Amino acid sequence: MADTTLTLPAPRRLHLTGWRKGVLLALLALAWEGYARHLGNALLLPTFSATLTALVQGFASGELVTRTATSLQLLVTGYACGLAAAAALTAFAALSRWGAELLELLTAMLNPLPAVALLPIALLWFGIGAPSLVFVITHAVLWPVALASYAGFRAVPRTLRMAGRNLGLSPLRFIAEILIPAALPQILAGLRLGWAFAWRTLIAAELVFGVSARSGGIGWFIYTNRAQLETANVFAGLLTIILVGLIVETLLFRSAARATIQRWGQEQ
Amino acid sequence: MGVALRMADTEPLLSLENVTLRYGQGASAVTAVEDVSVDLAAGDRLVLLGPSGCGKSSLLRAVGGFQPVDAGAIRLRGAPVGRPGPDRMAVFQEFDQLLPWRTVLGNVRYALQRGRGLDRAAAEARARDWIGRVGLARVMDAHPHTLSGGMKQRVAIARAFALEPDLLLMDEPFAALDALTRRQMQDELLSLCEQTGATVLFVTHAIDEAVRVGTHVLTLSPHPGRMAGLAAIPAAARQRGTAAFAQLEATLQAGLLATEAHTEEGARRHG
Repeated sequence: MADTTLTLPAPRRLHLTGWRKGVLLALLALAWEGYARHLGNALLLPTFSATLTALVQGFASGELVTRTATSLQLLVTGYACGLAAAAALTAFAALSRWGAELLELLTAMLNPLPAVALLPIALLWFGIGAPSLVFVITHAVLWPVALASYAGFRAVPRTLRMAGRNLGLSPLRFIAEILIPAALPQILAGLRLGWAFAWRTLIAAELVFGVSARSGGIGWFIYTNRAQLETANVFAGLLTIILVGLIVETLLFRSAARATIQRWGQEQ
Repeated sequence: MGVALRMADTEPLLSLENVTLRYGQGASAVTAVEDVSVDLAAGDRLVLLGPSGCGKSSLLRAVGGFQPVDAGAIRLRGAPVGRPGPDRMAVFQEFDQLLPWRTVLGNVRYALQRGRGLDRAAAEARARDWIGRVGLARVMDAHPHTLSGGMKQRVAIARAFALEPDLLLMDEPFAALDALTRRQMQDELLSLCEQTGATVLFVTHAIDEAVRVGTHVLTLSPHPGRMAGLAAIPAAARQRGTAAFAQLEATLQAGLLATEAHTEEGARRHG
């Protein structure tokens, strides 16, 4: 059923909001440029144009590309581990009371624990290097995703559950073919949140102990450039983080939502 | 032994024997249905009629295996009913009984693949046939959220019929529809039932609906649900607008009012 308040077709409306955001971005860049010129201290705040130049140079030289690739590789590994653990835990919770109580207990205890706080333990257990980073990213992803998925499972309407049970599905089929698609809006929201947490955790972890890592990611790039007082490069690193976040958000999560829950009319 | 809807020397298809259903445990337990016994032969359409709180939906859910039986027994073809299964397909009142992520065709096909173990091609052919029979061939590839309430209920009915269950369970399937659509759906359901000879357990609180779709009407009194009367609906009385239809409606109405008055009196006496 069509939303009566929506007078313009969706693509045109998107286009219009995009146009406004473009103007706002240009104004922000202009303000940045103006203030940085007024300040006249490139060590504290490089101009927008200098940052852009550093960004372009960083990508042209390939340094920012390899840094980003290193970070993303770690991120994807940790994200995948976190998702696998969340899937196992949530399936257990959906199938048994014990599993549900375990999930509630663990998320209540561990969700508020910042992933970076686990870094000293990770270093102790896995040494300096990729496994430690993967461990903290897994922790950052696991709890928000498990929590959101479990909440999604619980919110599946009783009628839909009965309609599924009516077919005599096995427990695993019931989860895979009824509960997961029905809870997809919440699961997608959890995946999005997990991605943001993982990204932040990774950069923070790289900043903390990137110093000793053999080949660092973007966090390490920022850290070394700060030490060398190459502030424009520091800002270029920050811009890269923002860019990657935006690209993943629009390309991955928005199109996943468009292809699934929006098409099925499940969007909340 | 249950009350048979007609004299029959064969084993009943569905038999309810002194069925009692309760909610909750111990002292706080509430009895929803008490001591209901009735038998259905193949092809019977038994309507459970009663005001809210008479436990008619609970009884239907118990037959479906969605709710445990606290005393007595429910048997299908002589065997106690267990977990929910495709031998007892349910159609619910709520519109969200379809899988939103599957199309109309996908919903019926999936049910046939999982519930009847058909391969994709066979399931799809039978699904197309049944969707056509409820008049929805042109929205075959639409997702449920784009359909009206009546269309969604038609899909659910097509899905239930397509699986050719021993027993169809209908829990006020038309209660959330507008009056006109409701009448139309009752007529369509009646004709599908007559074509297929389906055995149906139908729950409603609407008297005209009970007379229209049922072969028999079991009236239940509320708090707890007890059997208050069992009436057969002759085929001649099934036609709306006839004197027989109106008379049966009036009789059932009087019966329902009597059960309510009786309960109120009882409540006053005990309260």
